[in-house]
Amino acid sequence: MIAQLFTSFIASAAFGILFNVPKQSLVQCGFVGMAGWLLYCWFVWQSVDSIIATLAAAFLVALISQLFAKMYKTPIIIFSVSGIIPLVPGGLAYDAMRRFVSNDYSMAVELAAKALMLSGAIAMGLIFSEVMNQISKKYGKIK
Amino acid sequence: MDNAPKTYDVIEVCMLAGKIMMESGAETYRVEDTMSRIASSFGIHNSHSFVTPTGIIFSIDGDDPSKLYRISKRSTDLKKVTEVNSISRKISSGDLTVKDALLELRKIEKESVAYPIWLQIFAAFISSGCFLIMFQGQWHDFIPACVAGGLGFSCLLYLHQLLEIKFFAEFLSSLLIGLAAMLFVNIGIGYEIDKIIIGAVMPLVPGLLITNAVRDLIAGHLVSGISKGAEAFLTAFAIGTGIAVVFSF
Repeated sequence: MIAQLFTSFIASAAFGILFNVPKQSLVQCGFVGMAGWLLYCWFVWQSVDSIIATLAAAFLVALISQLFAKMYKTPIIIFSVSGIIPLVPGGLAYDAMRRFVSNDYSMAVELAAKALMLSGAIAMGLIFSEVMNQISKKYGKIK
Repeated sequence: MDNAPKTYDVIEVCMLAGKIMMESGAETYRVEDTMSRIASSFGIHNSHSFVTPTGIIFSIDGDDPSKLYRISKRSTDLKKVTEVNSISRKISSGDLTVKDALLELRKIEKESVAYPIWLQIFAAFISSGCFLIMFQGQWHDFIPACVAGGLGFSCLLYLHQLLEIKFFAEFLSSLLIGLAAMLFVNIGIGYEIDKIIIGAVMPLVPGLLITNAVRDLIAGHLVSGISKGAEAFLTAFAIGTGIAVVFSF
């Protein structure tokens, strides 16, 4: 578990470097990635379905990113992108590709569909928190 | 507002800000928002911007001309997005004049990437290993994944300068990753070829594009959302094909 903690932090921060995130935001990027991955791992460990786990983790990532974006007055994309990266179903997509190559089409389609669902879950998680943010803004204005 | 020739400068500032942001991988809605915000803080309230991943059109109501910028190369440089964002903030609060804003934007446009190449390659190196561990790989595969990922990413950087076609650079890089992983397993340094490849491929995965595509689609920017999605799909397809070639041997 500690290894997961460390590696997810370093991986997210390293992705920040690949995306040329400003130096002073790198630590926050790592933190966002770590938080999302931890939640995902915890859900999977509780044997919750991986789609729901991804949805929840993406939601958390977007929530923290919005908080950071407000705190540091930077575009939200800096934090959300590095946080989302660990959740991207690269492994599944890879497996699907491998099955396609070895002519195991039915399994390949199954895996590809699952990877698609997971990407959809990431998107929904991001959008949910965006919507919440907009509602809270509008609500504040009406009040 | 006060004098007419200034309008040209304002348009220039808006266009340049939009161009830099779009080339650096900002979300479409943010680019349009920034452009119209800059225009309105300089006193031009009826501006229209249409931003797609391949071109920006900006127009102001009245006799002033519309302008079109073509965007031919797109990369990821979130530092530039942040800098343009802070300039737009300064303009909104009235701290920057049109001339100064133009000068600062030109400076940002010429700036090279924020991190030296060796650091980027090192980041790809380390993150590949970390992803291996995150995907339940074993520690004895850590170094092989790092080396394969670092190799693949340096190949990508090199080929991007050499080739015009992005697709092919990604294809060759993932092919190299697959070959490296296979070599490591065959000579006995690596153990699980699947895990090594998944870890090493992660730096090439179009995560930013996917996020942006979905974000744009939801915000109602259908054209840019779909074209970014197509670009992401093409990249993913290139990576997959490269790996597939290795396995078909």
